[in-house]
Amino acid sequence: MAIQSTPVLEAPPVPANRLRDTLLYFRRNRPLIAGCLLLLLIVLFVVVGSIVTSPEDAQPLAYRPSQPPSAEHWLGTDRLGKDILAVMTEGTPQTIRIGVTAGTIGVLIGTILAFFSGYYGGVFDTITRSAVDILRTVPALLVLVIIAISVPGDMSVTEMALIVAALAWLGPTRVLRAQVLVIRQQPYVEMARFSGLSGPEIIIREMIPNLMPFIVAVYITSISGAVLASLGLEAIGLGPFEANTLGMTIYWNIWYASLINGWWWWWTPPIVVIVLLFVGLFLISQGLDEWANPRLRKSV
Amino acid sequence: MTLDYLLKRIFQFVLIAFLAATINFFFPRMSGQDPIRQKLILLQSQGVNVSSEEVAGLIETYNAKFGLDQPLWRQYLNYLGNMARFDFGVSISNYPSTVISVLARAIPWTVGLLLTATLISFTIGTIVGALLAWGKAPLWVRTIFPAFFTFSAVPFYLMAIILLYIFAFQWPIFPLFGGYSTQRIPEVSWSFAVDILYHSILPAFSIVLAQVGFWALGMRSMMVTVQGEDYMLQAEAKGLKDSRIFYRYAMRNAILPQITGLALSLGTTISGAILVEIVFSYPGVGSVLLQAVRGFDWFVIQGIVFLVILSVAFTMLVIDLIYPLLDPRIHYRTE
Repeated sequence: MAIQSTPVLEAPPVPANRLRDTLLYFRRNRPLIAGCLLLLLIVLFVVVGSIVTSPEDAQPLAYRPSQPPSAEHWLGTDRLGKDILAVMTEGTPQTIRIGVTAGTIGVLIGTILAFFSGYYGGVFDTITRSAVDILRTVPALLVLVIIAISVPGDMSVTEMALIVAALAWLGPTRVLRAQVLVIRQQPYVEMARFSGLSGPEIIIREMIPNLMPFIVAVYITSISGAVLASLGLEAIGLGPFEANTLGMTIYWNIWYASLINGWWWWWTPPIVVIVLLFVGLFLISQGLDEWANPRLRKSV
Repeated sequence: MTLDYLLKRIFQFVLIAFLAATINFFFPRMSGQDPIRQKLILLQSQGVNVSSEEVAGLIETYNAKFGLDQPLWRQYLNYLGNMARFDFGVSISNYPSTVISVLARAIPWTVGLLLTATLISFTIGTIVGALLAWGKAPLWVRTIFPAFFTFSAVPFYLMAIILLYIFAFQWPIFPLFGGYSTQRIPEVSWSFAVDILYHSILPAFSIVLAQVGFWALGMRSMMVTVQGEDYMLQAEAKGLKDSRIFYRYAMRNAILPQITGLALSLGTTISGAILVEIVFSYPGVGSVLLQAVRGFDWFVIQGIVFLVILSVAFTMLVIDLIYPLLDPRIHYRTE
């Protein structure tokens, strides 16, 4: 090995005022800002909730059931006698945790599969591609239903996250693989190959950094998809019954027909938080898309 | 050759059916659960008096059906055979009615709801998306629609809860639940059809509301792409009428990826529709699934999972096969 791996591409000259440029860019990228603000709003809500309530307030029979909002219980109490603000304070991070755990697993597996199958090709690529093509046409919720009913005993929040993660790698694998196929042909990757870098080195040192904005955008989409799947499963009644996740709150609302009983204070908080969460993630992923894919900038 | 492609697609369809049956078989067995025992424990805990004949009948049917005394591979082959004949066994909750008869009652409701809602949202979304890109959309459409793009990020059934509250509880314009009025006996008549339509408006509307933005967004970006094509310039240079350019040149070409999108989105749509049905207690597959999950009715759950996966795969196969009719550029040749 005579040729040592010299830097293949010179780093572009660092702009004189990078911080200002970044700030200016953020100001221009409205969706990204709006999305971050919405998520911040949720964090704020949870912080306030955790100051005002304690976890014991979210236990069944803690208070008189089905009371409308009052000075004592800002969001009222539910049919089971839980303080709704305490339930939301506990459940919102749990649901986000499910989304982040499953989304992270999905993106990790997806990135590995996408880079290896996209870069090396061959039989492994054929298998990955066909698996993704076939599985992505299948209604994911129903496959998850079968996995979820197979979990013996009471489900925990972590188990819920793992169930959702079972299919969370499909989207990232498909989207990232397509990108890998594109950049594999780029001159800088070819140069790296000629200068003697090994496959894994090229993937880790050249390709992944270049696709980073893209991977982050896929990550956000994947979190949002995982939350969506977990909410769906929980609404059907396949969730962690001991937990107060947003989806379980929706489930109890359906179970006790809170809508027909006029307990609007019970079903509105989870819906508002879920809508904020989804719209926030959607806006962030749009903003990141624009960042990752400058060609879009013209049409925005 | 076309035949090659056809065979490949049919093979893919069979493979999906096979995989669906296989996960149905192995997942519950891997965790070592016994649906019949679970059901009996549930009934006992509820203090329901289960007649010994009923229990004996259940267990006997179950054992005969799945041949639990046989080796695993025999059980598996039997199971595949049963699935291929749509024989999903009996419903544990509604013994002795078969799973397929329970599902047969629910499927028309789901198909009807889903088909109408999807067609409506696809048509409206596509037209509005095209108009938006064309720059001729009325002002109110241009102001309102971006909000719909964001709506498409929100799950259908949350939209359903909000709509139900506003239009059925606060202002009782529409019914609160069900597929038809409870005091009516299903019959084939004009007034009953109106009743069904009346009950389906809100559920359908919540699906449409959540989907329409998705279609508009897709169509808009395709129209933007198409507008840059040379044939558009040529059509304009020829002095064709605006409407002709819009429909025959721009929309005709931009709509093709939308149809692929329609096929690909089916899986998500049906998952969403299942949850919408639960919110509205609509008598379709979703409500049956909810009941089955509550009652540990494993065979019904497995039946639903298998049938829905199969029908989505079948619809995609059909769409794929008629696609060359819409897009003459596609020949299904092997490269």
